[in-house]
Order: sequence, then structure tokens, then C-alpha cells
Amino acid sequence: MSIAGAEIKVEEKYISLFKENQGRLNIMASDVVANAREGAIKIFEDKGIPNRKVESYKYTNLNPQFEKDYTCDFEHEVFNQNLTEVFNCNVEDLEAITIYLINGWYYRKNQLPDSLPEGVLIGSFAEFSKSHPELFETHYNKYAKNEEDSLVAMNTAFAQDGFFIYVPKGVVVEKPIQIVNIMKAEESFMAFSRNLVVIEENAQAKIMVCEHTLSENRFLVNAVTEAFVDKNSVFDIYNIQNQHNLTTSISSVFVKQKEHSSVLTHNLTLHTGVTRNNIYVHMDDEHCESRIYGLYVSDKTQHVDNFSFVDHAMPNCYSEELFKGVLDDSATAAFAGKIMVRPNAQKTNAFQKNDNLLLTDNAKINTKPMLEIYADDVKCSHGATVGQLDEKSMFYLRSRGISKEEARVLLMYAFAYEAVEKIRVEAVREQIRGLVEQVFRGELNKCNSCVLCGQVSDNEFTCM
Amino acid sequence: MLEVKNLHAKIDDKEILRGINLTVKPGEVHAIMGPNGSGKSTLSSVLAGSEVFDVSEGSATFYGKNLLDMPAEDRAREGLFYSFQYPVEIPGVSMVNFMRTAVNEHRKYNGEKPYTASEFLKLMREKKKLVEIDSNLTNRSVNEGFSGGEKKKNEIFQMAMLQPKVSILDETDSGLDIDALRIVANGVNKLKSENNATVVITHYQRLLDYIVPDFVHVLYKGRIVMSAGKELALELEEKGYDWIKKQFED
Repeated sequence: MSIAGAEIKVEEKYISLFKENQGRLNIMASDVVANAREGAIKIFEDKGIPNRKVESYKYTNLNPQFEKDYTCDFEHEVFNQNLTEVFNCNVEDLEAITIYLINGWYYRKNQLPDSLPEGVLIGSFAEFSKSHPELFETHYNKYAKNEEDSLVAMNTAFAQDGFFIYVPKGVVVEKPIQIVNIMKAEESFMAFSRNLVVIEENAQAKIMVCEHTLSENRFLVNAVTEAFVDKNSVFDIYNIQNQHNLTTSISSVFVKQKEHSSVLTHNLTLHTGVTRNNIYVHMDDEHCESRIYGLYVSDKTQHVDNFSFVDHAMPNCYSEELFKGVLDDSATAAFAGKIMVRPNAQKTNAFQKNDNLLLTDNAKINTKPMLEIYADDVKCSHGATVGQLDEKSMFYLRSRGISKEEARVLLMYAFAYEAVEKIRVEAVREQIRGLVEQVFRGELNKCNSCVLCGQVSDNEFTCM
Repeated sequence: MLEVKNLHAKIDDKEILRGINLTVKPGEVHAIMGPNGSGKSTLSSVLAGSEVFDVSEGSATFYGKNLLDMPAEDRAREGLFYSFQYPVEIPGVSMVNFMRTAVNEHRKYNGEKPYTASEFLKLMREKKKLVEIDSNLTNRSVNEGFSGGEKKKNEIFQMAMLQPKVSILDETDSGLDIDALRIVANGVNKLKSENNATVVITHYQRLLDYIVPDFVHVLYKGRIVMSAGKELALELEEKGYDWIKKQFED
């Protein structure tokens, strides 16, 4: 029985969840993390969960996802099973430093290679926030835009653990760092992983975040990653999403970069339920270079929304943005990309493109490239295309004896190719090439396996 | 081997082919000539299986099988090759991957085992040499950024790889300089045998100096209005098409 006027707003549920658990939230976290909560929950309370009236969430209404009930793990029930028993990753081609997160928590049995370059820190966000408070005071919650997005504020309010990576001055981590986040629960489950990456001057690191679901529950993941990339350094982040249809994944990446640094972000959404990716890049110095890429391949009723904000705050910076999408069945997607060229950001080069391939009449894309330019000596472009498979190319391939189905796969792959080739780590690029082809052939239906090495866990199930 | 009878085809209710009759036997070279808009390209793409045109009447059989019932890929696998006047650029599909898929789909259709990577590469090397195609063209995406001549050479290379029974070469000479023309024609001649046949569609007699036809047909307003030996091509070169147009004006 509901009483008129007394309907509880969905936000209330999360605010009371926060209030009831405030003590528990701070068990593991340091003061820096704890102190950010009050302000963040206030923002969340004021703004609420974004509805369609919020411009940047116009095409992705997350309210139905938040209305559902989820359990949480605020006390970090230690994952007692041996991870290798449920999840195997025998990386062959991919020489990587692999660490695991379980439900957003850093897996305590992670083993780091002995060969890690000196001074490099890889580990639990919570633990390092206590052992290295100076790094957290300088960087934590400095780049995440809580005020721009209430869901980011929500993460800041609930943040407990995730991964932390620190690469000191002049150090190059040659091997890619692979972070596998596994979602596994007994019932509907929600996680707020919070990650921090600090790359000091002249340093380099490439990270891959692989998102997987290992049990057939409803999941809501609201993750935030902040990255500080100092002078002359190089940083790549590849976000590979392969989750089942009951997953809602909100992933926000905030990058702040300094002079002569080069940053690459790539969101590869291979399978999901509802995905929202936010990418904020703030070029805070001259001669920064940033490359923001994405590839989404969706079918059935999946939904993918990519939002990017590239802030050319200083002169002489270069940004290149490319998002490509292939949508089948009744899949829907949205893209919104904003390039902001501030008044003194002369000699800016900024390019943005979003191309989409719709395979059916029911697939739908809303794309919105935006340029806001306040400087007068700049070179900027933006564009968006929506198209179908090219009939002439189809006929050409078929006239050589290639079947219609095979020709379709070749052409879809050809379309996605440009985005795949943007991957700067060769081993990852090779793997992704194969994976994307599998997706197009409808052969990738195991969301519980690690896509990068193709290992399947024993309780195999399909993506539904 | 290829028998076309009273073939009619239209696009958007406009009839372009109005009763074509053509019989091609193994070992023969046929040239189809005719002024612009006479239906030459329509004829070849209808035979290749383009779905742009509707066949309203007539038949086409290939070794006794009804060609018009088959999808384009089966026509190719049966041994019909169509060299495009404007080969399509397909960025992102590598030539190697494209040809390997095509060759192996042919083999699968004929109940043969697919080639292994090394067998395939060996075949490709041989054929590249045969048609004098620049070896780095095959390292690129299908026709992407190829010059006009490279595209046409690439068509002949594909023909060499697929070893068809009947090849229809649609304006293969258009846009070629004299050297490229010679290379393309040499390729066609080298692939010629008593078991296969070639249908050359062209505007100009020039190509026929290199690929010598047994029969020359003149297509005009959707019909073959004249057929003769190779001397007809020379006559057309000298007198143009006006005398034919006058003779067959409806």
C-alpha cells in the first residue's frame, strides 16, 4: 500500500544507506578518503540520480537501474576461495602484470612479480591511502568532477577500495598492467570501486582494466578512476568491458596531464547490459597530447553511452577523439563529446569523430559532437556519421564467392578496424582484433572468462 | 557453358536489357562493344548477380544450371568471374584476408580442403608474378588508395587466384595508360586456356589489339544488334557507332 505524497524517492534509499553505514565505510579508508564523503553525499543529495532532464544523461536514464535493490559489501568480506579455482588466466601472448579486484575490492592474495621496477607501487587503494597519505592528499579527489556528475559524487561518498598505481619519476613500466575486476555475488550486488593512478615526470605505464561478471546476478558498478600524468610522461588506459546483460556499468575516468605528456584512453565495450563511460581529460599545461578512443559493439537490448569532455585549458595542445559503434538488433547507444577550448588556448589542435554502423532498423544511436571555442587561433573539427553496411562493398565481396554472412563479418570488422588499430600496445591490439572478430561472429558469449586470455571458468554460462 | 536467352532486365521500371542472346563456349573470347548507355555494364552485373536490377524475362544458364536463381557468391563459386569497371575500396579488409576467404570458400563449395596459410601464400606469390602485380599492393586494404591502373591489375590478380571458367571483364581498359593496359591484357592472355572463356566489354578497339576476340558483338539499346568476327571491331573504330545507331533506331 502506498500513501500518496509519501513515496520515497530513489535517492533517499542511497542517502540512508550512506548514513547508516558511514562508520563501516571508514573502517579501511584513511582520513583523506573519509573527509571527502560529506561534501560528496551533499552533492548527490542536491542533484539526485540524473534523469533525462540532465543534458549529459539525456539518452541514458539510469533511474530504473537504481530503483532496484542491491546488496553491498562495506566490510570487505574477504574472498576466501582461491581465485585460481574459479578464475583462470594463463596469459600466453600477453606478457602482463596481472592483479585482481573482486567486487571492487583489491584481492589480498594478488602476487606482484619480483621484477617490478624500483619504486613502483601497485596495490590496494585503501591500504595505500593509509601508508602513503601524502600522495593521497595531493591527488585524491582533486580531478574527479563531483559537482558535474552526481554519480561521481556518489562514488566519492561510498569509495572504499580499488587499485592504486604509482610510477615514480623516470621509471618506465614496460609490461602492461592488467587489472581484472570480477563481480561475483549471491544476490543483486552493487560496488563502488575507486582507483588512483599517479605517473610522475618522465615515467610511463599502460594499464588495462578488464571488467567481468562471474555470477548470474544483477550488478551495478559505479567506478571512478583518477589519473595524474606529470611532465613528459606517457599513460595508456584501456577499459575492456565484457559483462552480462544484467550489469549496469558506470565508469568514469578523470585525467589531469602536464606539459609534454601523452595520454591515451580507450573504452572497448564488447558486451554489457547498460554502460555509461565518462572520460574527462584536462590538459593543464602546454604541449599535451591526448587520444580518446572508444569502440562499442552491441546487440539485443544493450545500451552504451559514451560521454567525453576534453578541456584544452592551455595553448599548443593536441587532442584526437574517435568513437566507433556497431549496433545490431535493438541495441541503443549515445555519444556526447565536448571539446572546450579556453580563451588562452591558442594553437589548439582538436579533432573529434563518432562513426556508427546500424545493422537493423531498430538499432538506434544519438550522437552529439560539441565544440566550444573561446580562442581564435585554433584548428578544430568534429563530426558524426551514422550508416549501414555498404551495398556495393557487399556485392564486391560476394562476387568473389564470399557468402553474405562472411561478407557482413568482414565489413563490420573493417568498420571497427580503425578504432582497434588505435591501441598502442601491440599484444593488446592483437588480442582485441581476435576478440572483436569473435563478437561479430557471435562466438563471444562467455562473460565469465577473461577475454584477454580466453580462459573459461568451470561454471560456464552464456551472456543471456 | 554460358547461355543467355532473351534476357530482359530493368531498374525502377526502366527496361535496360531488352532481349539479350549470347552463347559462350570454352576457349572463346567474346568482345561486347557499344555506345554509352547501351546496357553493357548492366548485362555484366546482372550476370554476376547484382540485386540492383530485376530480371523480368529470359534465362541464363551456366553449365546447365540456372544462373539467375543463384546468389552472387554461388555464381562465383561455380566459376563465373566479374571484373568490376569501378572496383570498390574496402578499407580495413586486407587483400590477403579477402583473397584467402574467397579462395577457401570456393574450395569448400567444391568439396576441397581449405588451403593452409603457407599453401595459400605460395599460390599468391605465383599468381602475383603471373599478372605482374606489385607485391606490396597485396599488403594493403582491398583497393584502398590504389590508382586506377592498380585497381584493374588487382582485378586480374583476383581472377588468377580464383581460376574462373568464364570471366566478364567490364571496361577493364578504362583509365589505363598504355603500359598498364599491356600488363592487364598480358595477364588475361596468360590465364586463357581451352577450358575457359573471356567476355571483354569495351568502348574502344584498343584493348582488342592485345586481347584478340573470336567474336565481336554490338550492344545497342539493350539488344545485341550485330555479331561478327574481330574485323567488326576495326570497322567500329574507323566509323564510330553512328551508322549502327541509324540502322537500329527504333
